[in-house]
Amino acid sequence: MTMASEVIETQEMIIPAFEKHEESGRKLAIICSKGNLDMAYPGLILGNAALGEGVEVHMFFTFWGFEMITKGRMEHLKFVPVGNPATHMPQALMPMPGMTAMATKMMKKSIADLDVPEVPEFLDLITASGGHLWACQMSADMNHVTIDDLYDGVEGIINAGAFIELTEGAQVIFI
Amino acid sequence: MPTTTISGREVSVDDEGFMTEYDQWDETLAASLAAAIEIEMTDEHWRVIHFLRDDFKVQGETPTIRRITNTGGFDTKQMFVLFPKKPAKKMAYIAGLPKPHGCV
Repeated sequence: MTMASEVIETQEMIIPAFEKHEESGRKLAIICSKGNLDMAYPGLILGNAALGEGVEVHMFFTFWGFEMITKGRMEHLKFVPVGNPATHMPQALMPMPGMTAMATKMMKKSIADLDVPEVPEFLDLITASGGHLWACQMSADMNHVTIDDLYDGVEGIINAGAFIELTEGAQVIFI
Repeated sequence: MPTTTISGREVSVDDEGFMTEYDQWDETLAASLAAAIEIEMTDEHWRVIHFLRDDFKVQGETPTIRRITNTGGFDTKQMFVLFPKKPAKKMAYIAGLPKPHGCV
């Protein structure tokens, strides 16, 4: 036996543990209840990341979260700097006219610079990746909204009980 | 940095087994990598893998699924069919590239 073949025989090929999570049947429920631009992204990013890891993802849009899936509104979410000390801006100036528009524009630019899509395109990505989108029945009734008013990828308007049922065993993220 | 033997050849990899030297890659190695994660390569798979390789060469980083869709012109849904469950990581592995770095 030669040296070379000995080396080959003693080294095992390192293979990433791709299957580890795939077989776990991991499931994630993300409840989106906010209608601000900055509060839309955490759910979208986590949902998309989970899909890329082979996790089954269900997103439930409720209350102000409807802004994220309502046609004509989903592309115009705002970042409101009032009462947000993390902006590190003088809070007395924040309620002034134009501040929300300016802050929104700046945030949208920072997001686009990272090559992260706007809300509608993000939902396209999530649905194409196999994510499930659900709208809350009570919010739809409150806002007099039907499925036709919502983003096309929304699979249905369902009540809270139905969402709890279909996310049995899921880990939950509430935003 | 560990090395591993793929198709009888010594190759540099990271701790998870992703190749770390762009120039050590060729299609023979890629076929072995694909087989190791139970993916049978078709022409469609190769087109994606070559896009990843070409894009990495220009951009210096592994493209994300979004970039593969928008810039490469591939269909997102189809990526999940070709490289089930974890498309971005699986295609990077076969292409001999690092895992994508971005969140999206």
